[in-house]
Amino acid sequence: MQRKKILNLLTFIFLLTVLKTNAQHESSEAVQHEVTQHDEHGKALTLKEQIKADIKHHLLDSHDFHVTDYLTFPLPIILWDNGLQFFSSSKFHHGESVAESNGNYYAISHNNGHIYKTDSSGTIHYNKKGFESNEKPLDLSITKNVMMIIITSLIIFLVFSSLGKSYAKNGGIGKGPGRILEPIVLYIRDEIAIPNIGEKHYKKYMNYLLTIFFFIWFVNLFGLTPLGVNITGNIAITFSLAILTYLITTFTAKKDYWKHIFWMPGVPAPMKIILAPIELLGTFIKPFALMIRLYANMKAGHVVLMSIIGLMFLFKSWIGSPLSFGLAFGLMILELLVAALQAYIFTVLSALYFGSAAEEHEH
Amino acid sequence: MNIPEIVGAGLIVIGVGIGIGRIGGSAMDAIARQPEATGKIQTAMLIAAALIEGIGFAALFAA
Repeated sequence: MQRKKILNLLTFIFLLTVLKTNAQHESSEAVQHEVTQHDEHGKALTLKEQIKADIKHHLLDSHDFHVTDYLTFPLPIILWDNGLQFFSSSKFHHGESVAESNGNYYAISHNNGHIYKTDSSGTIHYNKKGFESNEKPLDLSITKNVMMIIITSLIIFLVFSSLGKSYAKNGGIGKGPGRILEPIVLYIRDEIAIPNIGEKHYKKYMNYLLTIFFFIWFVNLFGLTPLGVNITGNIAITFSLAILTYLITTFTAKKDYWKHIFWMPGVPAPMKIILAPIELLGTFIKPFALMIRLYANMKAGHVVLMSIIGLMFLFKSWIGSPLSFGLAFGLMILELLVAALQAYIFTVLSALYFGSAAEEHEH
Repeated sequence: MNIPEIVGAGLIVIGVGIGIGRIGGSAMDAIARQPEATGKIQTAMLIAAALIEGIGFAALFAA
């Protein structure tokens, strides 16, 4: 009973926030909402440029959670600029106006979505190459991507911890929604970890492999929902994932791994000298390829999908929308496959690298 | 985008296409010969295709 009451209260608060943000949104945007968009210089954009700008905007991280034009949540902004600056992103009015905090003024650049320190009128200066030359505070904000990562982690934590507890309670038989994932966990253990790392050492790496698989998979799937998040299509995030794999490979490596890099056994001495720098370079290229592969695949998928939806507006005849719908539908199914495939590839390749690190040869 | 970049991107796509196509074709041959090894062949095929794809993407970014 108690739990139900709390749930009702939470729902009520949620609805209130939505209504409040809606009201704010409509009143502030009603004036500016016209059919055509304008660029920074106030020039009207053509339809093609508008679609391009929309795709670019979608691929960027943002400071508010934009579901549709009528459902937007502000997110907290946390800046480190001579002390902590903490305020809500609703102050920016979706990047249209200047936010003031403790006597400092900040504005969002339309170019890359980053926050810059400005004067009270909010002008951003550009240098000759077209980059922003304003001072940039250290941005620790909870952006859209950060929020979705936190939500995904919570979902994974809740599903798997409840599944784990049910094993202990029911004498080895899982219960609850997490049970659908049980075959996948077994698959990762039996088909990915054991063949690539080996019976002896695989247990040490299992928790990382499972975490990375489910994290990438869930995050990719969230990218396909209308929430409009593009987390793995962000190179900073794939970079962090690849760095984790690199660090684990490097710090769990056995003597044989280093020996095979710096003094390859079984080849003539001059070749050993040539091979050592190549192998050393290889250790950096492996995680780099992991990073680029995931990032480029997800970003390319989003761009193609958005462009196909954009076709609907470019074809000015009845054929446009069924064609674009059909193509988008087919591509969406392909993207569902790619979402799982990329998570799988990342996990398999990580397991391969761990396997090479943990291997013990008997020469 | 100017012409060298477009031509370069096209060449990369041709190269990656040939590479992944050959892997796929060989995997089909192998599966036809030994249907019982399908799972293993698929895994190896995906890994090889992913490696080629990674290089292809790296080149596309450079172009």
